[in-house]
Amino acid sequence: MKRIVAKEEFCIGCGLCEVYCTVQHSQSKDIIKAYNRENPRPISRVRREVNKPVSFAVQCKHCEDAPCVVACLSGAMKRDESTGLVLHDAEKCMGCWTCIMVCPYGAIKMDASSKVVSKCDFCFGLEMPACVANCPNGALVLMEVKP
Amino acid sequence: MAKYVIVGASAAGISAVEAIREVDPVGTVTVISEELCPQYSRPMISDLVSGKADFKKMLCRDSQFWVKNNVEALTGQKAVSLNLKEKYVVLENGNCVSFEKLLIATGGKPFVPKIEGAEKNGVFTFTKLADAERLSAMLEKAQNAVVVGGGLIGVSVTEALVKRGLKVTLVELQDKILSLILDATASEIVADLMEIAGVTIVTGQSVQRILGKPEDESSVGGVVLTNGEEVQCDIVIIAIGVVPRTELVSGTDVKTNRGILVDRFMRTSAPDVYASGDVAEAYDFVYGENRLLPLWPLAQLEGKVAGYNMAGKKAEYPGGTVMSSLKYFGIPIISIGLVNPKNPHDYEILTCYDPTRRVYKKLVLKGNAIVGILLLNDIERAGIMFNLMKNRVNVKKFKQALLSDNFGLATLPPSLRKTLYLEV
Repeated sequence: MKRIVAKEEFCIGCGLCEVYCTVQHSQSKDIIKAYNRENPRPISRVRREVNKPVSFAVQCKHCEDAPCVVACLSGAMKRDESTGLVLHDAEKCMGCWTCIMVCPYGAIKMDASSKVVSKCDFCFGLEMPACVANCPNGALVLMEVKP
Repeated sequence: MAKYVIVGASAAGISAVEAIREVDPVGTVTVISEELCPQYSRPMISDLVSGKADFKKMLCRDSQFWVKNNVEALTGQKAVSLNLKEKYVVLENGNCVSFEKLLIATGGKPFVPKIEGAEKNGVFTFTKLADAERLSAMLEKAQNAVVVGGGLIGVSVTEALVKRGLKVTLVELQDKILSLILDATASEIVADLMEIAGVTIVTGQSVQRILGKPEDESSVGGVVLTNGEEVQCDIVIIAIGVVPRTELVSGTDVKTNRGILVDRFMRTSAPDVYASGDVAEAYDFVYGENRLLPLWPLAQLEGKVAGYNMAGKKAEYPGGTVMSSLKYFGIPIISIGLVNPKNPHDYEILTCYDPTRRVYKKLVLKGNAIVGILLLNDIERAGIMFNLMKNRVNVKKFKQALLSDNFGLATLPPSLRKTLYLEV
């Protein structure tokens, strides 16, 4: 099973992961249009954390025993059986914020509408998640981890 | 081949089915539910009333859930008694369902105090689909509503009624609304927002009598408060709280306090009988004792633990505590644990309040460990704090950073980060 792993020692805190996450989840998939024209601008599902000299990116870890799935009030947060990923169905989400309350990584956010949550979907369908593909210093890598 | 029987098919029952099937794909599973289609989200009934959700959206498992999990679903049927010696459940229609492992997940029922006039047309409780449907059907003709009880259910139904254009008076016996999960500052912020939305909040009062309409005595026309004041209304919603539905075990060996007592494996005092969800009194890790915690996420966790243990996979319940997240009246709130201790001097209390952004954050510490978390508007790092709380982390070294705007995993000392989290 492949997962995104943050390499703190290589992170330069540039924030490109956030930029490319936003673009990937925009309608246009174009950086200028996403930032200038889309209203509301899609949020980044990865969070750059900086506490100098430390910095790293945090996104959903698709936990094996995911507290958000167990806690979800509406059945919107589910494990995808084929990939093992924790996926969120915005159509089913009631915006109760219970998953935010229980995520130990603080990796679930309110989306731009503030009506439902949003989180890393592993750029479902892409071979390489946008944050990993665009990290300039190898601080986000795709690694095979034990299921 | 094991024979599992589950009474009740809401949060705890559904989660137990999934856990059993994870471990045992072949044992027979029978579920007994009073509702015809029980696998829906009860916390979403206020969204049904407001019009934000339809029943399809409310389904928290799909319509094929029972078939996919190879479950015999006895829906629309009620379990009325147990024979624990011969191990069977008796249904209202006289049929018996025998079991090897039994889970009681009968949930709670609304507490309704004796109020004169409570039998009138237009008086509702608000915990299940049928309540929401009956209420919705009456709303076209209704203009004013009185909600009795300013807890979570009361506030949620109030918002739904406001969205449907009703004028709502919320009557709360305590001196503030949401008194079990908010402190005075937070409660006032929410009360302000509700009043801006047009809600009249009456505190320190209850309803002593429900009046009829002058032209139709059998329909609600108003209420009389304990101070004698009258409030006109077409609808009364009683949302004072829920009590565990323990009737099924009365007269059996299953020990109860206010709810059914369970150990950390969700076992009751009777062999092969488990209980989970609102009917159970399970472990609270803040108080270090069993308490009633009628909350959906805990019911699901308890159901999962029960299911594993019933199917033979040892699983220990880590314990729960009061934990609520609220979305009502446009202000996101998360409240966990002891946010409003009775003897505040015995605790260290950290707060920060920005009235212009309506951001309020409060942490309650005991011996440098977090025991209570209350966050209004800035809630996205709540889970990190909750993780510190669950792990009883000594926060002395980074206490001041906890409430800062950029609090996060990077705030934690590297050694702590490495122990709490496998990576980052």
